[in-house]
Amino acid sequence: MDYSGSDTVVGPAGTDLLPDTVTTAVKVVIVGGFGVGKTTLVGSVSEIRPLTTEETMTQAGVGVDDPTGVEQKTSTTVAMDFGRISISERLVLYVFGTPGQERFWFLWNGLFEGALGAVVLVDTRRLEVSFEVIGRLEERGVPFVVAVNGFPEAPAVPLDELRGALDLPDRVPIVACDARSRESSRDTLMTLMHYLYELAAPPAR
Amino acid sequence: MTADQGGWDGPEPDRLYVITRGRSGPSGPGVFDLVTLIVSRAEPTPALQPEHAAILRLCRSPLSVAEVSAYLELPTSVVTVLLADLLDDELIEARAAVPAAELPDRALLEAVIHGLQRL
Ligand SMILES: Nc1nc2c(ncn2[C@@H]2O[C@H](COP(=O)(O)OP(=O)(O)O)[C@@H](O)[C@H]2O)c(=O)[nH]1
Ligand SMILES: [Mg+2]
Repeated sequence: MDYSGSDTVVGPAGTDLLPDTVTTAVKVVIVGGFGVGKTTLVGSVSEIRPLTTEETMTQAGVGVDDPTGVEQKTSTTVAMDFGRISISERLVLYVFGTPGQERFWFLWNGLFEGALGAVVLVDTRRLEVSFEVIGRLEERGVPFVVAVNGFPEAPAVPLDELRGALDLPDRVPIVACDARSRESSRDTLMTLMHYLYELAAPPAR
Repeated sequence: MTADQGGWDGPEPDRLYVITRGRSGPSGPGVFDLVTLIVSRAEPTPALQPEHAAILRLCRSPLSVAEVSAYLELPTSVVTVLLADLLDDELIEARAAVPAAELPDRALLEAVIHGLQRL
């Protein structure tokens, strides 16, 4: 990327402007391993061309006591895709895609803080990442649903078998999804929202 | 570059250091969430640092912190430092994200469900 000053900053297209009436933004997170379809899903539901935001991971390096007083740090930057869905005149939903591997968990602090919930995208050929992600979400108390992306090359595993393999509690929804389809992706988000609604429901009298 | 590949291809760290004058963003949960909506409350003036001016131009309509970061092609940790400056000077308004409640309330979820139905 070239950041060459404010004059060249290209903002949102006129059609992508949010009205001034929007007061509240909420977010959900799509999380899964490499190539599982996160970017595709974000693109399928977003009303704007998906955008990318960077986060830097800085670690104090060996030169901390550098006499110039400038800390030597090694920086790594990783990018997250996100998209946007206008819900009403006042409310907008952001959908973030983030990688599930442990080395990217440093991203999760700002991301899951205040998130409504998460969709764990699963590729049946690589369940290990899903294990780690699910364990971590449970630890953090983030409500989530599981969506299985059907790749033609992937073995078709029945959903209840997958539930067993992933050791998912009965109440956690697990659905099939095609991230390339807007409807299917929308339905996946809908599954998450209905689940969150149930969780938020007052206990039956 | 994507997160899955790792690595660096953004603005060089030195440049980021200059933009923020060496300050780094808050590491814990701060004033700015990724989806805090930013709205300009003033027009840019020539006295402003270019990045500050760029934010004021971008946020004539509400934009999330994540979008500001994406359009400026700057890490969110840098953008939040710049936004804090602008907020201190009352040049922007920050519409805070829904507070991190244990569980979101049902009215909010109902609104989201209705919105998604129309997608
Ligand atoms: N068959 C099938 N292919 C998919 C699906 N979702 C994504 N893909 C393909 O898988 C590849 C990786 O998807 P991408 O969204 O970049 O994965 P990410 O790394 O998780 O962001 C792309 O070539 C997509 O076209 C799906 O639901 N079904
Ligand atoms: Mg991706």
